[in-house]
Amino acid sequence: MRNYSNVIAAYSIMLVLIILVGIFQSWSIALTIMNYCLISAVMTIGANIQWGYAGLINFGIMGYTALGGLAVVLVSVDPVKKAWQMGGLNILACILIIVAMVVTVRYLLKHFKKSKIRNYGIASIIIGGILVLNITATPGIEAIEAIDPAKTGFLGGLGMPVLFSWVVGGLFAAGLAFVIGKIALGLRADYLAIATLLIAEIVVSIIKHEEWLARGVKNVIGLKRPAPYEIDLQTSDWFINLVEKFHSKKLSLISSATEKQEALNQMVIEASSVYVKLCFTGLFITVVVILLIVTQKALYSPWGRKMRAIRDNEEAASAMGKNIVKEHLLIFVLGSAVVGLAGAMMVTNDGLFTPGSYRPMRYTFVIWVMVIVGGTGNNFGAILGGFVVWFLWVEAAPIALFLINLFTSHMPETHALRVHLIESASYFRFLVIGIGLLMIMRYRPKGIIPEKIIKQ
Amino acid sequence: MDILNAFTVLINFTLIPALSYGSQLALGAIFVTLIYSVLRFANFATGDMMSFGTMFAVLLTYYFQTIGINFGFLPTALLTIPFAIIAMIIYMLLIDKFVFSYYRIKKSPPVQFAMVSVGVMFVTQAIIRIVIGPSDRRFIDGEKFILKANEFKEITGLNEGITLKSSQAITVIVTVIIVSIMFWFLNNTKTGKSMRAYSDNEDLALLSGIDPKKVVMITWVIAGILATIGGVLYGLDKSYRPFVYFNNMLPIFAAAIVGGIGNPFGAFLGGYVIAFAEIFLTYAYKRFMSYLLPESLEPNSLLQLLSTDYKFAISFSILVIVLLVRPSGIFKGKTL
Repeated sequence: MRNYSNVIAAYSIMLVLIILVGIFQSWSIALTIMNYCLISAVMTIGANIQWGYAGLINFGIMGYTALGGLAVVLVSVDPVKKAWQMGGLNILACILIIVAMVVTVRYLLKHFKKSKIRNYGIASIIIGGILVLNITATPGIEAIEAIDPAKTGFLGGLGMPVLFSWVVGGLFAAGLAFVIGKIALGLRADYLAIATLLIAEIVVSIIKHEEWLARGVKNVIGLKRPAPYEIDLQTSDWFINLVEKFHSKKLSLISSATEKQEALNQMVIEASSVYVKLCFTGLFITVVVILLIVTQKALYSPWGRKMRAIRDNEEAASAMGKNIVKEHLLIFVLGSAVVGLAGAMMVTNDGLFTPGSYRPMRYTFVIWVMVIVGGTGNNFGAILGGFVVWFLWVEAAPIALFLINLFTSHMPETHALRVHLIESASYFRFLVIGIGLLMIMRYRPKGIIPEKIIKQ
Repeated sequence: MDILNAFTVLINFTLIPALSYGSQLALGAIFVTLIYSVLRFANFATGDMMSFGTMFAVLLTYYFQTIGINFGFLPTALLTIPFAIIAMIIYMLLIDKFVFSYYRIKKSPPVQFAMVSVGVMFVTQAIIRIVIGPSDRRFIDGEKFILKANEFKEITGLNEGITLKSSQAITVIVTVIIVSIMFWFLNNTKTGKSMRAYSDNEDLALLSGIDPKKVVMITWVIAGILATIGGVLYGLDKSYRPFVYFNNMLPIFAAAIVGGIGNPFGAFLGGYVIAFAEIFLTYAYKRFMSYLLPESLEPNSLLQLLSTDYKFAISFSILVIVLLVRPSGIFKGKTL
């Protein structure tokens, strides 16, 4: 038990901080932060699998998150039948053409020797394919996008339960990771970072601009939820009774019946939003705990030891007969699948899919800061990193505002510097995160909860 | 006549913008490549460092305008560049002293350097946003155009015109001057040669008495000059917005890698490769072809290979292809 004392201490402090937010701001805000912390934790588990277990640097987290979000739209939204009638055939034909292109290129690569003619052949297939794709796709896309563009204008999804899309999100991300891994994993560490970042940008720009797929920058709103809706809760008797019981002391102080009813209504509205968030929290905690158990088991299994051996000394591991390329690809796919799952969870939590919001700052670099700050190679550390950094990211602005007011309290209200600082309070979050990262890298390079090697 | 018209269209809408955009990318790419070959890490704070230098130029331009200093028909911002460069170099040297030097002495792996540069990126971005805010700013003044479309039409009697913005001309001219001075410096002066030696083989360079501190300092000084000028030129041509500068880091990286990272001349050409590919692949050739083809064959569609939304995606795809086919870059050869 003594080994875990620092872990328990760190998590207790984090929990107390979130409870303090609940007391001082509101429970709704505290739960929102908690939910996002849990989602971040899933992302950091994914990134930690790649970086902490195998030393692979993947700056493409943004791309997998976006794909996970896309999966929610493609799985849970009801299909737009008219769009399928108008342009479905063209899109299916395009998919066939792309598959044919990939197959022929693979065939050429396998069965012909490396030569200039082969390169020209591949290039001409790709260029010709793009031209044919353009010709087949354009009428279909135009037809699809013309159908009720304010509401649909896309193919829609499969109309399945939203929880199923979490699995699909993971599978999508795993598929993308397989392709990227095949392309880029042979590169040196910093090349790999740049290449994955740029490929993720390509993925996001495709999601953003192909409106027939998921409405692009026009966003998809009103996605399905695995939790009840606030409106339904507010009208159901059992919930109102529950709230009444919960607040019976407070309500008994109010004497007049109408006032009592009004107070109760207010409480029911507040309680319904808290209840929905609690449902999400419960779901997310389940996911995090399952992932934690699985990753912890994997880390201390023979497979985990093999991964660490490859990370610490590739040549030696290779000399021992381990297939490094295969193991790297496997771990790249596994980690990305977890990140894709997190992306699907996040879109489900928000209830809307906004491709325009996927930016490298928020979805790659902040996640990386979480992993480094929390502790590379340690799952408890990675999860803690997700909590700490997300908490700072959200609460930095209010804290900065408080400090600015404190330090400039001697200045008049209209002093230019004071006004300017108060206006830019929300940017102090970058400063806090940046300095935090630099400090951790310098003075505690293994993170808050460092990696622990258990000797078996 | 039709052929002339066709090529006028092409020059106006593709060649001129591609040349100026390419020059801006080239300066950034040389900055990336210099840091990579001498200090040995991929600097993720590239875009924000360029933004930091430009911020000073913008603020000084506003100050100069209020006290009534201007540069005649040229933009005032050109006058402020030297001061902005000094501020930029001071900032870079401070960052190096307090952040990077520790890891250099410890001989940390490049990945750790890259993560540290992410931290620097966050801090720089915070400073920029707190000082100047995230909004869009145009700070070009003086004469906006060298050649207007109407004037060109009158002179030549063609149907199509060529517009040459002064910012575009300034960009190309300044880039050529700066890059030639830099190559002369690297190839012909003693300091430049010691930098090349240091990047080639650190231990051997130390053995032959080269002072590493001096090499590192000179590298940051050159980097500061390149970053500031590249940033100001981009801002003059388009506009200054911190978020856009952060995003520009990506095509700049692509240019540096396509040109063969560690090779400044490759990076210089890489900038143009990326810019020309982006613009030529997303340009709609309808107007161009309508002059060349007989009327019966006139095209109905835009004749656009890819929509302009995919501008960035093109440069990244080129990078992926280069990494696949020729990982050492198109223009491999001697480094630095």
